[in-house]
Amino acid sequence: MNSIKKKLIFQVNIYRSVLILLTICVFAAFLSPDFLSASNLFNVFKQIAVAGIVACGMTFVILTGGIDLSVGSIVGLSGVMSAGVLATTGSPILAVLTAIGIGILCGAVNGFFVAKCEIPPFIATLGMMTLLRGCVLVYTKGSPIPVKIDSYKFIGKGNILGIPFPIILLTLLFILAHYILTQTAFGRSVYAFGGNKEAARLSGIAIKKTEWMVYVINGFLCGVAAIVLTARLGSAQSTSGGGIEMDAIAAVILGGTSLSGGTGFVLPTVVGAMIMGIIDNILTLMNVNPHATNIVKGAVILIAVLVDKKVKDLSAKAEQ
Amino acid sequence: MQDKELILKLDSIVKVFPGVKALNGVHLDVRPGEVHALCGENGAGKSTLMKIISGAQPYSTGKMYMEGEEVVFHSTKDAERRGIAMIYQEFNMVLDLSVAENMYLGRLPKTKTGRVDWNKLYENAQEVLDKLGLKFSCKAKVRSLSVAESQMTEIAKCLTIGAKVIIMDEPTAALTDEEIKVLFEIIEDLKKKNIAILYISHRMDEIFEISDRLTVFRDGKYIATKNIEETDYDDVVSMMVGRNVTHLYPERHYDESKVVLELKNIKSKGIQDVNLQLHKGEILGIAGLLGSGTIELSKIIYGALPMYSGKILIDGEEKDCTSPIKALAAGIGFISDDRKQEGLVLIRSIKENISMSSLKKLTKGIRLDKKVEMERVNERVEQLNIKINNIEHSVGNLSGGNQQKVVFAKMLEANPLICILDEPTRGVDVGAKAEIYAIMDQLTKQGKSIILISSDLPELIGMSDRVLIMREGEIIMSVLKSEANQEVILAHASGGVKGNE
Repeated sequence: MNSIKKKLIFQVNIYRSVLILLTICVFAAFLSPDFLSASNLFNVFKQIAVAGIVACGMTFVILTGGIDLSVGSIVGLSGVMSAGVLATTGSPILAVLTAIGIGILCGAVNGFFVAKCEIPPFIATLGMMTLLRGCVLVYTKGSPIPVKIDSYKFIGKGNILGIPFPIILLTLLFILAHYILTQTAFGRSVYAFGGNKEAARLSGIAIKKTEWMVYVINGFLCGVAAIVLTARLGSAQSTSGGGIEMDAIAAVILGGTSLSGGTGFVLPTVVGAMIMGIIDNILTLMNVNPHATNIVKGAVILIAVLVDKKVKDLSAKAEQ
Repeated sequence: MQDKELILKLDSIVKVFPGVKALNGVHLDVRPGEVHALCGENGAGKSTLMKIISGAQPYSTGKMYMEGEEVVFHSTKDAERRGIAMIYQEFNMVLDLSVAENMYLGRLPKTKTGRVDWNKLYENAQEVLDKLGLKFSCKAKVRSLSVAESQMTEIAKCLTIGAKVIIMDEPTAALTDEEIKVLFEIIEDLKKKNIAILYISHRMDEIFEISDRLTVFRDGKYIATKNIEETDYDDVVSMMVGRNVTHLYPERHYDESKVVLELKNIKSKGIQDVNLQLHKGEILGIAGLLGSGTIELSKIIYGALPMYSGKILIDGEEKDCTSPIKALAAGIGFISDDRKQEGLVLIRSIKENISMSSLKKLTKGIRLDKKVEMERVNERVEQLNIKINNIEHSVGNLSGGNQQKVVFAKMLEANPLICILDEPTRGVDVGAKAEIYAIMDQLTKQGKSIILISSDLPELIGMSDRVLIMREGEIIMSVLKSEANQEVILAHASGGVKGNE
């Protein structure tokens, strides 16, 4: 009896983000009959693709015990520069490379401040968040840059075998991230760094390189997310990506990754992103005042984390 | 009858955790004004018992009496009210408050208007400090105190709550020998005030020096209570482990061989011009009081602390050891004296910790070869006799001895020529200690060389082939094993003749 209970709690512990997701889906299905239709579900996935890709990178950062508040601004800058290059050169390849290059560069600067200069991540990325958003405004002078080339738009709107391209991209990126975290020495270093930086250093792990790399990966994924966003909307705006940091952080936490670093996985982050997306979706389906959306989203995050904490406490007790 | 004379008596205490019986019918009686040592290996149930006595945990069945009267504590406050106070290994103090405020935390004297009566507070606090013969001011911030002084503050606090029984859990773990002397004087003082001390320590020599009686536990069971005069070291150890541990230290057969490591004119913060040679297959002990630079020197060799100037030669060749990564590559392995902060990633698995220093070797292409990793880890677990159920479990749940073996496994996986061991048996029980010593002996037989830094002098003398003594960042003396004894080492380490008298 006791061991069954223990096992059950353990299982709940692993799949808790999935349980939260299922609960919300059941509610959603009751609240709106349209929710379970295939077209709607695809729609949800398409909408979470951008935040999901950013959250994927954020998972790396949070696993080291850090945080990146500048992701929204990186997405913004990568997006407008990409659209700008596309407009002037007409080359989608150059535009894609620009977005990714800007993303990596911004990530590298974050990493420089955090890993090399040892500025707390919260402060360093807060500064970068403001600075990069300023760059976006200077570059665009406040007006949107339209995207007119279809092959570029395909990244955000196209389908392969009936599946939207952003979903395919999201899936591939998460599988890659999961592979890196669980199958490579670098992944181990990330966990070790987040668990105990000094022990990792004394074990011969290149901690500065690891920390730097994590911000670079995050920047890279922001660049990719920027392309998807710009391509889907058909234009890049000076406000693009704003507020995405909160969705990404929420997705990571709902996915069960600990903010203090060292524990968690990247795959549940998708589930976290889906939870956020479904809440948005169901509120739209139910015609809730868009201004009120944030109230519900915030409340759901608080409740989910609260339940999560209770479950964790229970499982800790069971382990004793 | 006789029970009236006892200050504290436990009768057949049983404590059941889900799945385990942590305590199985434990007895204990404590007389007023005695120092009563509790002995047992890690996992014997000492800490559970302490938590029960101090009210931090309830017990399942059994009875507890104080001064002949049955008591049940629901909280540590309950226990404190009855006069039981505990001094934890990690101190529970607010660093930025004064000594006086910490002593009366939650019980600050108040004036009629409800403000803190500072005059009275400082007066009372200083009086207690003076009574104990402590030389720091009650107005000093706790942050500015040394470890020993904070501990004395804790003891002073126990007096202010009118403690009749004080539980001390490894009180000397972080103290220097000088400070231990002061602590023992204070304990003598407390005894005269008829206060009983429950004393827990891994260091046998201390137990025999300070206690009047001792009680031994093993696997949650009561084994025996003895007067200190009626027992000896071997007796206690065999009661603790349930068998005879005749040779704690392996017999060393070391013949001087070629030099593998040479330090030339090492200078750094707190280190002045250190030169030393380590030979193949040798265990070189380095003795020194806290602050003498022993730990710092070890970290400099390993590249964990910066070196200002000097050379490190391995097999006669100068090597760059400016970071742990480079030192590992040069063939130097390291075990920190602080396994929880610097040795292990407690929240990660045993497997991940063991392979942490050898990730490069385990990588094939870009991928970790998990099959090879599994084999390596399992081999180490078997070789070092690490007692675990599953290598995927987090290392934080292991006992001190097993945690330390995981640290050893990690270092050995990096396959170093030279092993630097800082306090390798700190917080480790006797059984595991003997195993660690055997491992060290084995390593030297395989041609590895060891630098051993330890404040446990019997260990240092028992294991080392040669002992260097450090004082104020300098090596002042080298003694061979045959000449080394505690008096000589202490006298020189503490600065001359002082220790000889």
